[in-house]
Parts: sequence; C-alpha cells; structure tokens
Amino acid sequence: MTVTETENQGHHVGDKVVLEASDVTMRFGGLTAVDTVSMQVREGEIVGLIGPNGAGKTTFFNCLTGLYIPTEGRVTLNGAQLPPKPLKVVRAGMARTFQNIRLFANMTALENVMVGRYCRTSSMALTSILRGPKFRREEKATRARAQELLEYVGLGRSTEVLARNLPYGDQRRLEIARALATDPQLLLLDEPTAGMNPRETEETMQLIFKIRESGLAVVVIEHDMRFIFTLCDRVLCLVRGSVLVEGTPAEVQSDPRVIEAYIGGDDTDEDEDEEEHA
Amino acid sequence: MEFAQQLVNGLTLGSLYALIAVGYTVVYGIIQLINFAHGEIFMIGAFGALSTWLLFFDGQTSIWVLPVMIVGAVACSVLVAVLMERIAYRPLRKAPRLAPLITAIGISVFLQELVRIGYNDPTLFLSDWNPFGFPSAAQKVPFPQIDHISNEFWNVGGVIIQRSTVFTIGALLICAAGLFYFVSRTKTGRAMQAVSQDPDTARLMGINVDRIIVVAFVIGATLAAIAGVAQGLQVTNINFKMGFLAGLKAFTAAVLGGIGNVWGAVLGGLTLGLVEAMAVGFIPGTFGGSPWKDVWAFAILIIVLVFRPQGLLGAKVVDRA
Repeated sequence: MTVTETENQGHHVGDKVVLEASDVTMRFGGLTAVDTVSMQVREGEIVGLIGPNGAGKTTFFNCLTGLYIPTEGRVTLNGAQLPPKPLKVVRAGMARTFQNIRLFANMTALENVMVGRYCRTSSMALTSILRGPKFRREEKATRARAQELLEYVGLGRSTEVLARNLPYGDQRRLEIARALATDPQLLLLDEPTAGMNPRETEETMQLIFKIRESGLAVVVIEHDMRFIFTLCDRVLCLVRGSVLVEGTPAEVQSDPRVIEAYIGGDDTDEDEDEEEHA
Repeated sequence: MEFAQQLVNGLTLGSLYALIAVGYTVVYGIIQLINFAHGEIFMIGAFGALSTWLLFFDGQTSIWVLPVMIVGAVACSVLVAVLMERIAYRPLRKAPRLAPLITAIGISVFLQELVRIGYNDPTLFLSDWNPFGFPSAAQKVPFPQIDHISNEFWNVGGVIIQRSTVFTIGALLICAAGLFYFVSRTKTGRAMQAVSQDPDTARLMGINVDRIIVVAFVIGATLAAIAGVAQGLQVTNINFKMGFLAGLKAFTAAVLGGIGNVWGAVLGGLTLGLVEAMAVGFIPGTFGGSPWKDVWAFAILIIVLVFRPQGLLGAKVVDRA
C-alpha cells in the first residue's frame, strides 16, 4: 500500500455537488448492513469506497440506485431527492456496473449498449412497430451513439460479438459502455477491475480518468488498493456498515485504523454479495 | 395423395396451435408464468370477431368485413389480457410462483363462465336485458360465413385445400415474420429480450419492466385473437369452452418446442399438428383414427421431454451470472 503518483493532481474538482447521501441506513431484519453513511460527490470527482468484505459497500450502492429503499436517510442527485425506483434513478442521471458482471449475455455488445440508451429515447412500442420516420431517426442515432461508446471504451471491433463470448476484461468495459449510454452524471462502478490483469487494470484506470474528464462524477468500489489510491480524489473506508475514515488517498492509506480493519478484522467472513438477496 | 392431404391438415392445425403457443411462451419468457388463461384469450378473440360482425355487419358476407372482424377480435383479446395482467397478475409479481399459477387457472374458469352466462345476458340473471341480441354462448354459435373463404376450396391434384386453411397458415406466416421483426429490430423488442435475460439489470438500465410485461401480454393476445378468427372460419362455429383444449394443446406445443423460445413455439405447434394429422391418417386398427389423436400428440410430448427436457429448441437459458 504505497502511494503511487497520481496523474490526477492537476485536476480541478467542480464545486457542484452531484450526489449527496445523508445518514443512509439499511437494515435487514436485525442486521444493520449500512449504518448512517453520508457521502458527497462533486462534479468531476472520483470517490473510492473501500472496506473489508461484508462492510456494506454493495448494499450502499443498491440504496443509491433504488434497488433497496434505505430504512433511513435520504439520497439526492443534483439537489433532487431520488425516487426509490431503479427506472427513475437511471433517468435522473445515475448509472452503475455490477460486481458480478450482469450483461445481457445473449445479445451483442452493440445491442447491450443500445438497450442502455433506450431510457433516453422517446419512441413507443407502436411507433417502433409502424417504423415511423421519428423511430427510424432515433434508432439510427441510438445505433451511432452505441458504436461511439464502444469505441470510447475500446471495444470498437467487437460490436457484433455476443456479450457472453467476450473476454472477461472486455465484458467489464462493455458494462461501463452500457452504463454510459444512459447519459449519467454520476457513474457507480462496483469492482470494475475484479479479475483483470495488470494491463487491463491500467487501461481501466485510464478509461475512468477519461470519463471524469468529460465531466462525470464517479464512485468506485474496489479491493485493489493501488488502483484506488492512484485513481481517487477522495476515499471512504467502510467497516461494518459505517464510515471508519474519510479523506484523501494519502490520509486514508496512512490511517492505522484502516490497516487494522483490513488485517486485524474479525468480520471478513461475512457475505459481501448482498445482491443475491435482492 | 393421402399423405399430402394429411400434411395440409396437419399444417393447418399446427398453425393454429403455433399462433396460440406464442402467447404462452412470450409471457413465460418474461415472467416465468404459465398463463393458463391464455386459451380463454383465444376464445374471447373468436367471440370478439363474432360480436363485431353481429353489431356492425349482421348478415353481410363480403370479404372486406373480415379485416374489421380481425380488428374487433384483437381489440377484445388485448383488452381482456391487459386487464388480466393488471388486476390479477401484477399484484402477485413478488408472490411465490404457485400463487399466480393458481390464479391463472381461476381466471381461466372465470372467463369461460363469464362468456357462457354473460354473452347473451350482460346483467347475469338480474334482468333479461340483452341490448345487442347476442346468442347464448353456451351452445355452439355459428361463426359468420365470409365470401371467398368459407366453404370454398381448391382441388390440387386430388388434395383438398380449404380457403380457410390458407387463411390460417398465412396468418401464422405473417405473424411469425412480424414477430421476428419486432423482437430483433425494434427498440421495444430489444428491451424485451433484455428483460427476459435479466429483469433486474434491465430495470437498472432504465427499462420499464412493467410496460414490457404488458407488451408481452398484448403480443400473445393479438396472435391468439387471430387464431380465434381462423378457428371460427375453419370449424364454422364457436362456443365458450373452445379455449380449453386448444389452450392445453398450444401449451403442450410451447413445451414441446422449448418454452420461452418463440421459434420453439412455432416449431412445436407445427410438429404437434402434423403428428395429430398423421396419426389420424396412418395409424391403422384400434389405435388409429381421430379418437386416439390426442393420445399420440401427448405421447410425442412425453417422448421428446424424456430425451430433451428443455424442448426441441431449448429455452433460451436465462443467464444470471
């Protein structure tokens, strides 16, 4: 856990608060998975979320995206309270990827991205059957935008490959492209480099920088400390559902409590994969 | 000659099964519900066509009446299917699988009885008010005869091809082509594929899953309504319980082809129809003839499922990695 020099330092984080989560608490019966977590994310900022397995990171993501309705607390995006429906959260401008890849496996890369795009197009079932001029224009624009996004994440040559046949690293990048297709202002990445080799990890890091440069805010969950401390402007360390430490990468990584939580932790056996309970 | 004749008969019957089977499979593919009330949607389509005719064209037989009857049939079936989804299935979306299944059987009985009692008596015994003078659906009701279609046939080298047969097979071809186009080339179709592969992720990508489910019911109802009209033209009479056996056979066809897979439903329907026709035509002795045709149809189902439990084309595996 050494500081890797950041390509990051010259970047100016905007003043505008994109996401504000205040005192978000999520209880499942007697288990408090997320305990009064507050987080602010500004425009153009990359925030890292770390913590041992079972710390509640993914559950917190699920609270943000409307998959779970938090027991207490509130989440606002650009000042407006988020409706507790995934569909509306996406339209409000938040998109995410998944810890365990969840692509539409039997569709091509291009189709996957096009599906992500559909929440921004307006034509209805009937117009799309009748193939009116508006539908054709929209469909063409959707296709073009999807192609563009695939090139943006470096999958320009795999557009017609079925998602399930893509190499693992490409699948993770395809998830990012699909999330970007929804035109988000905030991107949530759940372990974007899990299972990647060092070269792919490096490429992903560059991709996230590129995404941030385009004005998006990014929240990343990751276990790869080197990756997190290089990438992020700010890091939150979650332990047993609450924020243990929050600060710059340098502050967080030198905090003895963080090291304690990772090495001396006694709760590492808990199941992180709360999504399965959804 | 006999073989060619049975081939025609089989394809006709098969087309009818296929049109209905698509409704089972589309809905199953999206919400894993076996909608046992789908046979009744088919029956309501036939009655919708009849009602349209009685209301607007009573006594007329010219061919341009047919498209209007089809529109009427589709409108009735779609309306009932959408209401059914909204009132009965949506509240059970998160219930254990058995609950909607039993509900489906209940709706099936409910719709049958509603048509049986209510078709010529909308107030259900409260008064004898029958504003449109509809006949009772409890007996066989004659289906309108249409010029150039009913009672006319071609004789191709000894093989009798009814015009209504051509209508049925043609309807399947057109519907299958339309469905292919819809599923693979349109926004809603693609969203539908996404929902059937992973509903939760689809929702998180901004797809309105509830709306897609309604679309699935609408597609199934549309095809079932067209099948209802085809059946009416074919058999020349309809009744309130026509949906029961047809629905059961179509469900069998869907399972045979691989439930969840649209092309499986079409293939399964045609296979089932051909097996029945061939069994009637070619199995000699005690076990032959039409009394045994259902036995052979279900025997084929059992044999296929023993060796290919996922059906002929296999359900598209729902990946939830």
